[in-house]
This record gives sequence, C-alpha cells and structure tokens, in this order.
Amino acid sequence: MWRWLHPYAKPEATYRLVEKLLPWFAALTFISLAVGVIWGLAFAPADYQQGDSYRIIFLHVPAAIFSMGAYAGMAIMGGIALIWQIKTAEWSIPAIAPVGAALTVVALLTGAIWGKPMWGTWWVWDARLTSELILLFLYIGVMALYFAFDDARTGAKAAAILSLVGVINLPIIHYSVEWWNTLHQGATITKFERPSIATSMLIPLLICLAGFLFLTISLVMMRLKNEILRHELGRPWAQQELEKN
Amino acid sequence: MNPRRKQRLTWVLILVFGVSVATGLMLYALSQSIDLFYTPSELVEGKGEDKQKPQVGQRMRVGGMVVEGSVKRDPKTLEVSFNITDTGPEITVLYQGILPDLFREGQGIVAQGELVEPTVLKATEVLAKHDEEYMPPELAEKMKGIKHVNPNKSYEDGDL
Repeated sequence: MWRWLHPYAKPEATYRLVEKLLPWFAALTFISLAVGVIWGLAFAPADYQQGDSYRIIFLHVPAAIFSMGAYAGMAIMGGIALIWQIKTAEWSIPAIAPVGAALTVVALLTGAIWGKPMWGTWWVWDARLTSELILLFLYIGVMALYFAFDDARTGAKAAAILSLVGVINLPIIHYSVEWWNTLHQGATITKFERPSIATSMLIPLLICLAGFLFLTISLVMMRLKNEILRHELGRPWAQQELEKN
Repeated sequence: MNPRRKQRLTWVLILVFGVSVATGLMLYALSQSIDLFYTPSELVEGKGEDKQKPQVGQRMRVGGMVVEGSVKRDPKTLEVSFNITDTGPEITVLYQGILPDLFREGQGIVAQGELVEPTVLKATEVLAKHDEEYMPPELAEKMKGIKHVNPNKSYEDGDL
C-alpha cells in the first residue's frame, strides 16, 4: 500500500518530485489568492453588523487555519522522522516551522487589527487568543530545539518530539471557543453544520482558503528544496544541480 | 513493520497519549479559571459545583446580552448604564467612557470592572462581542428582521 512512497526516502527523489510540483503549486497560489483576495476585499457585500471591517476575515481565517494545518503536517513529519528515521522527514521540520510561525503571526496581527475596532481592544487573554499565542511559541521552540544541538540528527529528534507534544494544542485552539466562554466568537466554517456565512461571502473565503493552502505548500516546498541541497552538498547530484543554476 | 520501528511507534503513541491525558486533566482542573467572564446567572447563582459567588468589591468580568430598552445615558456626561442578561437574572453595568462601535441593544458584551453591589458592576472597560454569522444587510433584514438598534442613533432621534 505504501510502497510507492519508498523511493522518496532518498533525498534526491524527493528533490526531483518537489522541483516538478513547485511551479504548479506556485501558479495555483497566484491565481487563487488574486481571485480570492480581490473578490473578498472589493466585491463581496459588506456585513450587516460589522460593515467593511469584517473583510479582514479573508486573510485572518485562512492564516489561522493553516497555522494549525502546517503544525499538524510538521507533527506528522516529526512522527515519521522518529519512527522510520527518514532524513527527508527530519529536514521537512525546519522547512515547515518558519512558514507556520509566519502564518501564526499573520493570524495574531490581523486578529488584533480586527479586534480593536470591533471588540474595542487589541488583545484579551481569552482561551482562543492565548492558545494561538502558545502555538507561536511552540513553533519557535521547535526551531530553536532543531538547531540547538551540534549533532543535526539529535536536534531533529528533539524537535520532532516537541512537535508531537505540541499537537495537543491544536484541538485546544479549535474547541477553545466552545469549551470556555471567550471574547472570540465561535466557529463559522470549520464545523459540521452549515457555515453561518452568506454564500456571497463564503465563496471568496473558500477561494482564499485554497490560496493559503497552496501558498503554504509552495513555501514549504521551496524551503525543503533548500534544506535537501544544504544537507546533500557533498553528493555529486547536488553539485550538478548547483552548477546547473 | 520491523520490531524496532514498531517499538518506536509504540513510544510515539504513548508520548502523544500521555501528553493528551496530562493536558486534559490540567485543563479540567483549571476549567473555571480559563473562562474569560462570569455570566449574569453565574454571578447570581454561583459558579461551578460549589456554587461559589463573587464578593462585592471583587474585580471581575461579566459577559451577556445588552437588554433592549435598558440603555440609559446621561445627556451631559459620558456616563451610561445598561442591564445585561443571559438566561434569567439581569446585572446592571455602570460605565463612564466611549463604548465600542458594535455596542447595541441585543449585542453581546463583556464588561470588566468592580462589583459594587451583588448585581451592579462598575465597569472600567466594555468590550463588544460579535457572533460568528456574516451576511449582507439585506439578507439580515430578511432572515432576522434586524433587532440591532444603535442606541446612539435613537438618542439623536430623541427617543430616549
């Protein structure tokens, strides 16, 4: 069943695959983000309650969702790195962590900018905001641990363990608005019922979500390519690759 | 899967499971402290299993819906008072200052301040909560018949 995956344990094979896929994902990112953001910011109707201020949702929600999505991906890679000890999985941890951290910062900043006019405050220590801040610290911790050891593989192992430990934060972030009373409102689209947003706003939001997904994947792929080359510098194929460019 | 990988897989699963249980217990123990605010019912009837009631003079946050028709403004100063409720009892909030744009009757708000009487909060900060529903105004009118009345507007119109 998983046999098709086996060749990608070899860094060169992963590099070639990523090289082949990257232009497609980059193109998808540009198309969907351009369509989604312009549609959302310029053409979607204003909200009945919040007027035009709600439009920051088209950046805030995708950034927040994929700050968690990237973490889940990193933790899965961490698990693979620990159990199967595959090098490319280890290298994908430093490839994913800064991208996820950047998404978390975007989510926190857009949230603060949204919170000031709507709630009346930049920040409040409620469960949702605090757990998202902890996610940022987890990303920073994973990055710091990865580079904290002289032996790169020890560092990768430590970072993989921390990324697995931090997974528990993901359900806490998601359910924080249900388990406790918070200033942050409940889920609009990430629930099993019908999304509580009008279709004319939902469509651009979904396009923005796709855009951020492709953006996350593209950025991680770019970083992974670099990580692979950095570690394989001594190999002939990597030398050839460098000379080619 | 070879035995060594299986062993490592077991350890990873134990790690994730252990951390989940530990965090779950911790959050369960802290659950009441993590709540951002008291609801008016909790304030009156007590919160949690031991029905602990806050004391007069305690600094706290209370959150609820602004009761329609309860917003009273002093025409000369920025003083304002209104009642908030959730399912039953009403709490009076006294506040001096500028209310957030979203403050309306029927709107969820969170007020932080000092409890001056068992059901009166002297607030130093009033934050507006908004719900998770987004829709254009025409749709809101059709579906909900918009109950949100801007108190500033009705004040200008001379209703209050």
